[in-house]
Amino acid sequence: MSTVLAVCEQRDGALRKVSAEVVTGARRIADGLGAEVEAIVLGAGPASGAESLGGFGADRVVTLTADAFATYAPEGFAAAVAERARGGAVAVVCAASAQGKDLAPRVAAKLGTALAAEVTDVSVDGGALIAIRPVYAGKALLRVKLTGTPAVLSLRPNVFTPVQRPKAGAAQTVAVAASAGRVRVTATKAAEAGALDVAEAPIVISGGRGLKEPANFKILEELAHAFGGRAAVGASRAVVDAGWRPHADQVGQTGKTVSPTLYVAVGISGAIQHLAGMRTSKVIVAINKDKDAPIFKVADYGVVGDLFEIVPALTAAVKSHA
Amino acid sequence: MAPKFHGVDFYAIDSLLSEEERAVRDTVRTWVDEQLIPVIGDAYIEGRFPKQLIPGMAELGLFGANLPEEYGCAGLNNVAYGLIMQELERGDSGVRSFASVQGALVMYPIYAFGSDEQKKRWLPEMATGRAIGCFGLTEPDYGSNPAGMITVARETKDGWVLNGAKMWITNGSTAHVAVVWAKTGAQNDPASIRGFLVPTDTKGFSAKDQKGKLSLRASDTSELVLQDVHLPKEALLPKSGGLKSPLMCLTQARYGISWGALGAAMACYDEAVSYAKNRVMFNKPIGGFQLQQARLAEMLTEITKAQLLVLQLGRLKDQGTMTPQQVSLAKRNNVSMATDIARETRRLLGANGILAEYQAMRHLANLESVYTYEGTHDVHTLVLGQEITGISAFE
Amino acid sequence: MRIAVCIKRVADSETRVKVAGDGRSLDDAGVKFILNPYDEFAVEEALQRKEKAGAGEVAVLALGGPAAQETIRTALAMGADRGILLQTDAVPADGFVTAQAIAQELKAGGPWDLVLFGKLAIDDYNAQVGPMVAELLDLPCVTAVSHLTIEGSAVTAEREIEGAVEVVQCSLPAVLTTDKGVNEPRYPALKGIMAAKKKPLEVKPVTLGGGSIEVLEMAPPPARKDGKIVGEGAAAVPELVRLLREEAKVL
Repeated sequence: MSTVLAVCEQRDGALRKVSAEVVTGARRIADGLGAEVEAIVLGAGPASGAESLGGFGADRVVTLTADAFATYAPEGFAAAVAERARGGAVAVVCAASAQGKDLAPRVAAKLGTALAAEVTDVSVDGGALIAIRPVYAGKALLRVKLTGTPAVLSLRPNVFTPVQRPKAGAAQTVAVAASAGRVRVTATKAAEAGALDVAEAPIVISGGRGLKEPANFKILEELAHAFGGRAAVGASRAVVDAGWRPHADQVGQTGKTVSPTLYVAVGISGAIQHLAGMRTSKVIVAINKDKDAPIFKVADYGVVGDLFEIVPALTAAVKSHA
Repeated sequence: MAPKFHGVDFYAIDSLLSEEERAVRDTVRTWVDEQLIPVIGDAYIEGRFPKQLIPGMAELGLFGANLPEEYGCAGLNNVAYGLIMQELERGDSGVRSFASVQGALVMYPIYAFGSDEQKKRWLPEMATGRAIGCFGLTEPDYGSNPAGMITVARETKDGWVLNGAKMWITNGSTAHVAVVWAKTGAQNDPASIRGFLVPTDTKGFSAKDQKGKLSLRASDTSELVLQDVHLPKEALLPKSGGLKSPLMCLTQARYGISWGALGAAMACYDEAVSYAKNRVMFNKPIGGFQLQQARLAEMLTEITKAQLLVLQLGRLKDQGTMTPQQVSLAKRNNVSMATDIARETRRLLGANGILAEYQAMRHLANLESVYTYEGTHDVHTLVLGQEITGISAFE
Repeated sequence: MRIAVCIKRVADSETRVKVAGDGRSLDDAGVKFILNPYDEFAVEEALQRKEKAGAGEVAVLALGGPAAQETIRTALAMGADRGILLQTDAVPADGFVTAQAIAQELKAGGPWDLVLFGKLAIDDYNAQVGPMVAELLDLPCVTAVSHLTIEGSAVTAEREIEGAVEVVQCSLPAVLTTDKGVNEPRYPALKGIMAAKKKPLEVKPVTLGGGSIEVLEMAPPPARKDGKIVGEGAAAVPELVRLLREEAKVL
């Protein structure tokens, strides 16, 4: 039977969350093509959590081990994945994570085939593999047919909600002879705190006058922190003018124009100057005690009430799901 | 960052521009978005010219852009030069005034009337922004009638002595060199007007900023005082002679201003459209109400007309056939329509329109100066009247 | 130092996207086209490396229609020495086909000390041609470089990963794809724009293979639905989180 390869990721010996998404996507393809899902993990040793991949639909989980795989090794990984794929894969699925975006093109080129990158939906239609991918900054969606063998895809993170589809998940570890290659990861540095700019963060939590005093921005920083380095804290003009927050954090007409995946406006009324800076955000959440605040007209989801109760509750909920 | 400016092009005028002209326009447009717009609001309120921008402007090649490459200039054609002025003034009239003075009113006369030594001494320095210049023609009592000027230059055995005062001089207090126009003959003899290069550190020369301006606040406007300023013979611009010389400079500047005013109008229109689409009142964007649509339609019409006007003017200038009267028509029309557009934008913005975070009122205030300087609207009316009828109605 | 920079002509990110009559591509009426912003970092990096080395050349390469000559001239205006346009009617949806054409041209014009790409193009977000070309040329490659040091032929690059920064090393010759932060691109100076006209720009028509991605349809995303008040107070949080996770899919 042919195989759909699900290229999973581990960091520091533990499987990364996005791996479940990759297996979910691979399972969907495999079901459509009548194939099996082989989840592969590369590392110096076994990755904790690998056994869970069976629960998301992997028929087998193969950990490829080599000393050279202690950290991400672009050339070594690409060679190993391509080699594995040559053993009968009809599709190779990666995550469009930082690593996946580096790895997938190399694998596709080694296999002499196309890569459908940052796919947000995948299906099989009459035996043909169809993928949807956003283009033009998400202003349009492209529906494409992948005709190569194997088809190589990378999935946009946070889109393929992992679905429990228990399969055999038989696990094996295979030692491979591999060298890291000519490109070596020699160190990993923690990102500086607060290094994420509001204009670049995928998630922005903005605060306004409703926070009442500068010290209270701490609750927004805690919420941002709960998103694990993907969130920045922004500010409305009122609080920047009042000196509570730096101008670099200001979102709006005279500040920055941002377009994150998720924008959470806390204690911000929604003056037109502010809206001008964030209205193209993919999803807008507003938290305000005034149900008539203009921000609710622009928000996708609104919660009316005391932000000092709502925000900590949200922080706790986000942390527990991370 | 603030949203990018996309220009106004209802009649596909871009298709009438060459690739270089578009590229020049685009690079200045981006520079204005990224470097000028973020700082201009504060500079205007504080009443200072953002001089930290000078090196960037010089690196881009904005000074004397239509002068030849041998002097370190970009050697652009006049349409490209106009597009530069359009984009600068889309940012602020005061900053465009700086570039106009530097290029058209100082570098140009040195180029047109100066000796080789003067050109070599000053032009490359000014192209790089290391030397700043100002143009001293207008006097406290002689604005629209420069022929009446009372600043005099008396010949001495080793040079000249200048005495007099000039007013409303852009860049005066920061200039390294002043092009000063003075009468070398009798008071009633404008033919005796000559141009002089006065290094501003010359004894007897002083410049003081005029305070209390409510317009062109992001620009230095100064009084110049010349008290027994002794200059060597070489300070004279040898090919200058008569009122014609400063007027030729003004024609250069007025040409640039015709484009510049268009830029200010575009900035205001762009702001008006954006606001009209976003501002909701009575449950719909105000852009859906008839009175606002009428405003916007009027603005777009005037801008489109003005664009075609200056484009043809630029082509005539490049062909060498442009006349000062043709420039008068463009300056008069474009500045007038720009002041109207700025005012109507201000009104469309409602209460928000009085805030510095919106551009309209700053442009509105600036354009009042642009309406008055470089030949007032009324003076250009009479220039055209004389051209049409052959009869002077100046006096 | 011989440096090649591969660039792309793309629609400005603020373009209003309308689908063309064929239902599969962008209607380019009224669209402003620019040099791909990530490629600006690549061009700037090439210019700086050549300036540091004191000698060499920067060649700019693009695959696209005739209008892409303008984009090449933008890079020439920034200071690149010469340009090559691989002229084709349509830029393939299959990045591998593009990579093959570019690799072939680079091979013919090589050897290169450094080949630079922007990390992705803002029209298709494929982020693949650079590393694919590296594979085809059998050169080491580092993608999404946000900080770069080159000493002799030793390359030390930094790239952002989730919540951290990876430090990567390799040797020249290499292929690098550039991300924001690696440098501050210069504005094309007016003199540069005038000089660009006189620099060599070779136009080479190319015939491309079909590739293995077929575009079936391009369509706007579903319209933004009216928002809703999820609930009141902290009690609404579980439902909010559920909606963000399952409906909006942003968590």
